[in-house]
Amino acid sequence: MAAGVATWLPFARAAAVGWLPLARKTMPRPPVDKSSRSDEILFVNVSGQRFQTWKNTLDRYPDTLLGSSEKEFFFNEDTQEYFFDRDPEMFRHILNFYRTGKLHYPRHECVQAFDEELAFYGIVPEIIGDCCMEEYRDRKKENQERLAEDTEAGEATDTPLPDSATSRERLWRAFENPHTSTMALVFYYVTGFFIAVSVIANVVETVPCRPLKGTVKDLPCGEKFSLAFFCMDTACVLIFTFEYLMRLFAAPCRCKFARSVMSVIDVVAIMPYYIGLVMPENEDVSGAFVTLRVFRVFRIFKFSRHSQGLRILGYTLKSCASELGFLLFSLTMAIIIFATVMFYAEKGTKGSSFTSIPASFWYTIVTMTTLGYGDMVPNTIAGKIFGSICSLSGVLVIALPVPVIVSNFSRIYHQNQRADKMRAQQKVRMARIRMAKKGTANAFLQFKEDGGLGDPDSNSSALCLKNRSAFENQHHHLLHCLEKTTNHEFTDEMAYSEMCLTESVGYRTSRSTSLSSQQGALNNGCCPRRARRRAAMRLANSTVSVSRGSVQELDTFPVKSTNLPQQTRSSLNARAVDIKLNCSDRDYTAAIISIPTPPSNTPDESPPSSPAIPGILRNTRATAYLQDAVKISSL
Amino acid sequence: MGIQGMELFAIGVVIILFMAVLKQFGILEPMSSFEESSDSDLELSTVRHQPEGLDQLQAQTKFTKKELQSLYRGFKNECPSGLVDEETFKSIYSQFFPQGDATTYAHFLFNAFDKDRNGSIRFEDFVIGLSVLLRGSVTEKLNWAFNLYDINKDGYITKEEMLAIMKSIYDMMGRYTYPCVRDEAPSEHVDKFFQKMDRNRDGVVTIEEFIETCQKDENIMNSMQLFENVI
Repeated sequence: MAAGVATWLPFARAAAVGWLPLARKTMPRPPVDKSSRSDEILFVNVSGQRFQTWKNTLDRYPDTLLGSSEKEFFFNEDTQEYFFDRDPEMFRHILNFYRTGKLHYPRHECVQAFDEELAFYGIVPEIIGDCCMEEYRDRKKENQERLAEDTEAGEATDTPLPDSATSRERLWRAFENPHTSTMALVFYYVTGFFIAVSVIANVVETVPCRPLKGTVKDLPCGEKFSLAFFCMDTACVLIFTFEYLMRLFAAPCRCKFARSVMSVIDVVAIMPYYIGLVMPENEDVSGAFVTLRVFRVFRIFKFSRHSQGLRILGYTLKSCASELGFLLFSLTMAIIIFATVMFYAEKGTKGSSFTSIPASFWYTIVTMTTLGYGDMVPNTIAGKIFGSICSLSGVLVIALPVPVIVSNFSRIYHQNQRADKMRAQQKVRMARIRMAKKGTANAFLQFKEDGGLGDPDSNSSALCLKNRSAFENQHHHLLHCLEKTTNHEFTDEMAYSEMCLTESVGYRTSRSTSLSSQQGALNNGCCPRRARRRAAMRLANSTVSVSRGSVQELDTFPVKSTNLPQQTRSSLNARAVDIKLNCSDRDYTAAIISIPTPPSNTPDESPPSSPAIPGILRNTRATAYLQDAVKISSL
Repeated sequence: MGIQGMELFAIGVVIILFMAVLKQFGILEPMSSFEESSDSDLELSTVRHQPEGLDQLQAQTKFTKKELQSLYRGFKNECPSGLVDEETFKSIYSQFFPQGDATTYAHFLFNAFDKDRNGSIRFEDFVIGLSVLLRGSVTEKLNWAFNLYDINKDGYITKEEMLAIMKSIYDMMGRYTYPCVRDEAPSEHVDKFFQKMDRNRDGVVTIEEFIETCQKDENIMNSMQLFENVI
C-alpha cells in the first residue's frame, strides 16, 4: 500500500460509519492507541546538521528505521533528539522521501554509498521514483560490471598456476598467455612471423615478375619461382598444423575449442594446402582448387590472437549486430525503391544502361554510398531529379546507425582499457595493502619484543607502552590471547620462510591433514629468492601456515628489510634490552586491514635444531612464494 | 517531346519538397496552426483552492486547532492543489481494499462528501464531513449515513438505491471470501434491511423511519461510538 495514503486512513475509518446501520453482526472493538495522537515535531541530528519534522511524517512508513520504534535506539536523552552518525547530504534525500512519498536518486552521489544509506534506513531501493529509476539502474549496472571486471582481473590468467598442474594445463596456459613463460613467448612470436610470411607470400606470388628467357609475356612470380613458394607454403602450413594440434591437445574442453571461431579460422587456413596435396592434377577440378586457394587469405585472421584491437573490433561488430542489421535492411529498401524509380524514369531513352531493375541496383548502390563511378548515368530530367534525391537520401540512411556503432565500439574499447589499467594497478594496490598489513603484524611483533608481554610493571616497558593507543593495546592483547589459545606464535615471513626450508630438509611432521597437499606445493616454491642470514633455526614439529595474498609480485617490490629487526627467537631473547629502547623511532601504522588469519609459528617448546642447517640456508636462494593457505592447526 | 508521365511525377515530388522546406522555415504557415495557440493558454493557470481560515473552520467543526492543522497538513501533502477530484478519491480509497473493487462505493462516498456537487472535494467539505463522523451526535451520524444511502438525495431510500449501495459494499470484499459471496447475497441483505427499517411497508425508507429504527437497535447504537477516537 502506498504509504502516502496512510494519511487517509483516518478518513477511511471514519467513513466506515456508513456501514454501521447495515451491519448484520456487531463491529469489533477498535485498536486502542495509547500513544499520544497529537502531532509533535521531532529533532533529528545527522552529523551535526539538525533536521526537524513532524512525527506523523516519519510514521508514514512504519517499516523503515525512522518510522518504527527502531529510531529509539538513536535517541539522545541529553539533547532530546535523534542522533545519527551518517552522511547529512544523503539524509536530506531520505527525509524528502518521507515528506513527499517519492525517493529521488542524487546523480552526483556514488551509487554504492546511496545503497548503503538506504539499507541503513531500511528503505527498499525499488521505491525510487520513475524520474530517477533509470539513472539509478544504469549506474548500478555500470558499477556491477566494473566490480565484475575487478574480480575477473583478480582471477586473471596471469596468476601463477599451482604447481600441481599437469603439463597439459601448463601448455594451455602458455598458449593463452604468452607472457607466462619464455618458451610460450618465443612460440608466439614465431607463429606471428610465419603468419606474416605466409600472407606476404600469398600476395607476392601474384605480382608479375620479369619473364623467363625466351618468352615475352610477364609471368606472375608464383609461377616463376613455384618451387620456392611451394616450400615456403609447406613450411608455414606445417607450423600452423603443429600449432593447431598442440592447441587441440591442450584445450581443457576439446569440443568447445573445436567449435570456437579461432579454431575454425585455423582449419580453414590450412585446409586448402592439404586438399591441394590430395587432389589429382585434373583439369576441371584444378579450377575449383584455384578458388580454394582464396581461403589462404584467412590466415590473416590468425593475427587476431596477436592483436587485442582486432578482437575488440570483432566483438564490437558482433554486439552491434542489430544496428548493422537495421542498416542493411533500410539500405536494401531504399535501393529497391530507387532502382525501380530510376529504371522507369530512364526507360524511354535509347541506349540507356538501365536495362532492368537489377541492373539499376548497381547505379543506386554506387550513388547512395556517394561513390559515383559514372559508368551508369541518367539522361532524362526525371532520372536526374530522382538520382539526386537518391544520393541525398543515401547519405542520411548510412549516417544514422553509425553513431550507435561508434558509441558501442568506444564503450567496449574503454572497458578494455579500464580492465588493463585495473590489472596493472591491482598489483601496486595489493603490494601497498600488503605493506600496511605487514606494518600491523610487525607492530605486534615489535610489541612482543619490547617485552610488552612481560611484566607490565617494569619501567622500561612502560615508556614504550605509553606511546601506543588504547586501541593498539587492546588489539595486541587480543592477538596475544590468540597465540595462547592456539599455542602458536606470530612471526614474519622471513622467519617463516626459514622454517619452510627446514621442513623441506626433512624436519617436517605435518599434523594438519588439510595442509598436506599444499605443503608439497609450499616446499616446492616457498624457498626465498634472496638469501637471508639467520642465527637460529626453527624446528618444524608442527604445521606451519602462512596467510598472505597472492604474492608473486612480492618479488618485484623491494621489501624494506631495514625496518624489520632481526626477529629470530634467540635474538628476541638476547637482545630484548637493546630493542626495547628503539621503540620510539618505529612508527608502525596500526592500520587495521582485515587480515584473513594471522600467521602462526612454531611453539616455544621446540628445541633449536643443529647448527649445521644454517650453513645450508645461508647459501640458498629461493623465492618467497607464499600463497593463500590459511590454516592454523589445533593444539 | 512534351512532359512524359514520369517527369510529371518528378515535378510533383519536387514541388512537395519545396513546400516542405518553406514550412520548415516558417514562411508558409498552414491554417491549422491558429487553433493550437489558443488551447495552450488555458493550461497555464492551474486550479488552486485555498481553504477558509483556521478560525472559521474551527467554528464550523468540532476539531481543535491542532487537529485541524494536522489534518490539513496531510490533506495538502496528498493534494497540493487543495482539491480532490473523483478519480483521485477513488484511487486513494481503493488502496485500502486491495482485494475487491472499491470504486463504486468510493463514488457514493464522494457524493456524500461533496455537498455542493461540483465534482471535487475541498478541504472544508472533507473536514466538515469528518467532524460529523467523528465528533457528531448519533443523530448527525445517522443523518450522514442516510445521506450516503440516498443516492439521488430526494429524502427516500428506495430498494434500487439500497441495492446499489449493498452491491458496492459486497464488491469491496472481492472474490476470495469465506463463505463465497453468492449473487443473491446483496438483495437478501437489502430485503432484510427493508424488513427492519421500512415501518409502513411503502417500499421506501424515510429519514424518520431510519433514525427511529436505528435508535431502537442496540447494536447500532453501541457501534456508533467505535470510531470516535480515530484522530
